Amino acid sequence: MPSALINVPKKAKRGDVIEIKTLMSHIMETGYRHTASGDVVPRDIITSFTCRFNGTEVFRADLYPAIAANPFITFFTTVTESGKFEFEWIGDKGFSETAQASITVE
Amino acid sequence: MANSDHTTRRTFLGLTGGAAVLVIVRPADATPAMLQAAIRNVVGEANVRAGKVKLDIPPLVENGNTVPMTVSVTSPMTADEYVKSIHVFNEKNPQPNIGNFHLGPRAGRAQVSTRIRLADSQKVTAIARLSDDTFWSATADVVVTLAACTEEAI
Amino acid sequence: MRIGACIVLLTAMAGAALATEIPPDQRRSGYSFMSPDTKAMQDEDTANPGMLSVLDGEALWKRKAGSADKACADCHNDARVSMKGVAAHYPAFAKALGRPVDLEGRINLCRTNHQQASPFAYESRELLALTAFVAQQSRGLPIAAGDDPQLAPFVDKGHALFMQRQGQLNLACANCHDDNWDKKLAGSAITQGQPTGYPLYRLEWQSLGSLQRRLRACITGIRAQAYDYGSPELVELELYLMSRARGMPIETPAVRP
Repeated sequence: MPSALINVPKKAKRGDVIEIKTLMSHIMETGYRHTASGDVVPRDIITSFTCRFNGTEVFRADLYPAIAANPFITFFTTVTESGKFEFEWIGDKGFSETAQASITVE
Repeated sequence: MANSDHTTRRTFLGLTGGAAVLVIVRPADATPAMLQAAIRNVVGEANVRAGKVKLDIPPLVENGNTVPMTVSVTSPMTADEYVKSIHVFNEKNPQPNIGNFHLGPRAGRAQVSTRIRLADSQKVTAIARLSDDTFWSATADVVVTLAACTEEAI
Repeated sequence: MRIGACIVLLTAMAGAALATEIPPDQRRSGYSFMSPDTKAMQDEDTANPGMLSVLDGEALWKRKAGSADKACADCHNDARVSMKGVAAHYPAFAKALGRPVDLEGRINLCRTNHQQASPFAYESRELLALTAFVAQQSRGLPIAAGDDPQLAPFVDKGHALFMQRQGQLNLACANCHDDNWDKKLAGSAITQGQPTGYPLYRLEWQSLGSLQRRLRACITGIRAQAYDYGSPELVELELYLMSRARGMPIETPAVRP
């Protein structure tokens, strides 16, 4: 049961540049570790993170095993209208999670 | 890992594992050739110039598992002139890529933060692609200290 | 070579005079030994990976479980009210058992007695999440463990264990955490071992972990045989440490290197 923490301001003025912070629970298993008996622990990472605003992509990241467990990503965007941010994390083993946050632009 | 032409065996002696010595055998480091190839993959034949990019990363970190990092680029963010993407690479992890971050004019500010893993003390390089398809970079050295009392890996 | 240096340092510690208790006004949370970056990770909820477990725990709090088909919330309602300050008093005396139990132990007693469900394994995602959620309701409140007079003999046992040299390095907890705090062991700060933020997110673990996990790692570090999860010795050690930290604010979920 993955959890995500999203920090988006509830309100902003038209044209404001806002910071968005996201934290997603995920082990980010690198695929480079071995068990005590020598078996490789298979890679299990988030490979892609996308943020869309009212359906349009505003930020996207490709992630590699060098991203720390529980990926924390922050970025900026200019708000022009009220609407909904949608966040999507996609990864190995069919991992796919979404989260949403709304903003009111005055 | 096609080009893993040297294999580094590293033995960390931790104060753990009961009487046993903790031995971690790491896979091959990313070689300079792999790092160059990963960078070429992004920039093609273009020149990469130093400047415009600021890579904010602690010079000395308490634990290489979770190293905070911020990359910012000095650039207008208008429809005509903006930062397209930011790419971050490392020198000594098993794989040279850390992350690619795709921005656009509406980002308003060309700045991303995340937390990364560094398997060892090494250089980290951030490269930004601007809307005119020029590439700019910054590099930072990070010293990763080894903790004294660690648990066995798995 | 590294290990050689460490052993020299540890041996030097072992030879030092025992053991002055830390005066109350000099007590410091592990937080104060951390770099600004690691502090920042703990300070902001969206940046603190421990908060992901707290969220998990909140969901588990409301989920029905066991043959009684009851959720924690069915008896305890809103944890923000009912669990406020509770973690500050743990480990607490369990009458039915005649000995102290820690917060994890209490949650598992609730599961077996009231939910009629099987107990969670130590360090399982569920047990850590519920414990973190309950303890987070006490964030900022002063630790008040060990007040109950019935606990006195167990605090004493925990204290004795804290002072007892053991393992191949022949070290007691007190050799590092009473006598040599604020020095370095290899690259790491030696802290006072104040358990103010458990369960906490350790960068080394890349996950949340319990105080018992930390204690077991420390005991293995001095090359002694670690007590089993849930053993009376670990609970007594937890109890002594929490009573030693009395008055210090709870930080759960803390972040540590």
